Amino acid sequence: MADEIIEIKNLKVHYPIRSGFWNRVTGYVKAVDGINLSIKEGETYGLIGESGSGKSTTGKAIVGVEKVTSGQILYKGVDVTKASNRKKLNYNKDVQMIFQDSMSSLNPRKRIEDIIAEPIRNFENLTADEERKRVQELLDIVGMPSDAIYKFPHEFSGGQRQRIGVARAVATHPKLIVADEPTSALDLSVQAQVLNFMKHIQQEYNIAYLFISHDLGVVKHMSEDIAIMHRGRFVEIGKRDQIYKNPMHIYTKRLLSAIPVVDVENREQHKEDRQRVEKEFLQDQDKWYEKDGRVLPLQKVGDRHFVALPKDMIQQELKEGE
Amino acid sequence: MEKQSDLLLDIEHLHTAYRLHGKFYDAADDINLTLKRNEILAVVGESGCGKSTIASSIIGLYDHKNTKVTGDILYNELNLVNLNESLFNKIRGNNIGMIFQDPLASLNPLMKVGDQVAETLYYHTDMDEKARHARVIELFNQVGMPRPEEMYEMYPHELSGGLRQRVVIAIAIACKPEVIIADEPTTALDVTIQAQILDLLKEIQKESHSGIVLITHDLGVVAETADQVAVMYAGQIVEKADVKTIFQNPLHPYTRSLLHSMPQTDDESQDLHVIHGTVPSLVNMPRTGDRFAARIPWIPASAHEENPKVHEVEPGHFVRCTCWQSFHFQDEEKKG
Ligand SMILES: Nc1ncnc2c1ncn2[C@@H]1O[C@H](COP(=O)(O)OP(=O)(O)O)[C@@H](O)[C@H]1O
Ligand SMILES: Nc1ncnc2c1ncn2[C@@H]1O[C@H](COP(=O)(O)OP(=O)(O)O)[C@@H](O)[C@H]1O
Ligand SMILES: [Mg+2]
Ligand SMILES: [Mg+2]
Repeated sequence: MADEIIEIKNLKVHYPIRSGFWNRVTGYVKAVDGINLSIKEGETYGLIGESGSGKSTTGKAIVGVEKVTSGQILYKGVDVTKASNRKKLNYNKDVQMIFQDSMSSLNPRKRIEDIIAEPIRNFENLTADEERKRVQELLDIVGMPSDAIYKFPHEFSGGQRQRIGVARAVATHPKLIVADEPTSALDLSVQAQVLNFMKHIQQEYNIAYLFISHDLGVVKHMSEDIAIMHRGRFVEIGKRDQIYKNPMHIYTKRLLSAIPVVDVENREQHKEDRQRVEKEFLQDQDKWYEKDGRVLPLQKVGDRHFVALPKDMIQQELKEGE
Repeated sequence: MEKQSDLLLDIEHLHTAYRLHGKFYDAADDINLTLKRNEILAVVGESGCGKSTIASSIIGLYDHKNTKVTGDILYNELNLVNLNESLFNKIRGNNIGMIFQDPLASLNPLMKVGDQVAETLYYHTDMDEKARHARVIELFNQVGMPRPEEMYEMYPHELSGGLRQRVVIAIAIACKPEVIIADEPTTALDVTIQAQILDLLKEIQKESHSGIVLITHDLGVVAETADQVAVMYAGQIVEKADVKTIFQNPLHPYTRSLLHSMPQTDDESQDLHVIHGTVPSLVNMPRTGDRFAARIPWIPASAHEENPKVHEVEPGHFVRCTCWQSFHFQDEEKKG
């Protein structure tokens, strides 16, 4: 069994809401509100949720670009929510990020060579020749031609830019990459290419991913372990099959039933199922959530399968599932 | 035989060209399509294939100086191609409604959303103010806006993406148009909201017996909503059939490749299918021979028609070029 590379304990990120003449803090957006997860070396952890559920904030907190309100992020057993610890452990070299929109995350005035070399320069002392060789290797890994180094981001298509983003992220031989909707802006066949590269690189260099997406089909393809996020918390976590074949939380069921399916024969049935789940979700909010709408604490329902439901309801669900 | 009036749009030999570096290039190249009453026609393909070009040609919204449109788009004996603008203004929003991907871009940020719907009624009907207000409330109810009276007073930025798109749909259907052009109407929305908006469009279509042109890149959306499907590649329609046929018996290599690259398999250890190469830009688009040939280089040139034509391979099922007969995926054994 692979070792855990990172462990997140009761992580919270609350953004203050300021208003009024004195710009006082009048409340908080609880973007991330107490989540626990651990990612194993060389494996992919999938994070699914609708927009606003707190996925990006989680990712940013992990790479250290968003301030954590409370909780711990343990890397090699050390809490890296403190900047000084990040430095000591070389955390910023070991943990990288890929963004959805490569156009705005790659500096438009820099050549591809400098873009990819930047993280290397921050952490390693290579000669100019060594550096160029490394950049060429990286471009080669993501299937880009070698003359790409002289070009600028705008000279590439969205899929190519995303592959440059991948090359840049793996430049420092990271142990973990947070990939925030890396293919959401891409066409199907281009998405396929980027996902394939990500899988190949993972196998070759034993990289772990936190793979964030709102696309349940993509997450299913990429991840063995999956968390469903809603209102800053997890409503359900489990192995791929537990989530997709035996979802227990109404929100998980709702998300799964909303995915368009290529099954023309049964589309009316599919629509009925979806509308039934939607109705149940809307009607029985207080059955599934706290009174204030907060997601309930997770309860164990199976080996590595947890769901945010009241205990008595779990008994019932488990019986029905038999 | 269907009645004459069941045919809402009859697009014949449509060419839409954009001026680039002083020359015109066809982004829609000899498009032939029909839209019937009570029908959802999906136009599907990857970005840059020319889907939006068809939409903007139908509704006549393009830069007339740098765009050249030829061919026929017949709507009730009226040819929409190069129709004079004052006549078009009467039709657009009245007989033909429009829904685009980004609701924020089609709404006025400084105007209450209720007033924006009422404005359409002001232009196209002779309702008085009171009647218009009542109709807006009725429309908001129809498109599933909660608390319509309250919603009337809101500004676009105060609404969620899903509610904004409902406002856009309310505007689109305000005058009970026979034809609705929806260009990626759910692409910017979460799947749950997408499902609701697609249900709503279907409902509207059933109630008002309209026809909808639904433009999307999402094959799942096509499978869930369309009646007829046109698959586009590099400015041309490469395959056209009813929705069951497209998914059960796809023939054109592009259709088959697209379906093949969806992450829907149960075997996650397998690589996803990648289509060799990229969609060519307008300037670099091959103008002779099979445009998809470069994407399936392992298929011998002799398999392609020199001048690919559209063939009706079974009743109602149209495929461009004959290369589908000898097509196989690269990792597949060649068929007998
Ligand atoms: N810098 C910020 N300041 C205040 N609120 C924020 C900030 N960033 C995100 N939020 C809010 O936090 C919540 C979660 O956002 P995000 O993590 O981006 O969600 P997701 O990536 O799942 O769409 C949303 O309600 C969002 O509006
Ligand atoms: N106004 C325009 N001027 C020049 N080229 C354009 C214009 N609009 C679209 N194109 C080009 O035409 C082709 C088809 O574009 P479009 O119809 O938007 O495709 P789709 O909607 O399928 O993504 C693309 O190559 C695109 O770059
Ligand atoms: Mg996000
Ligand atoms: Mg488009």
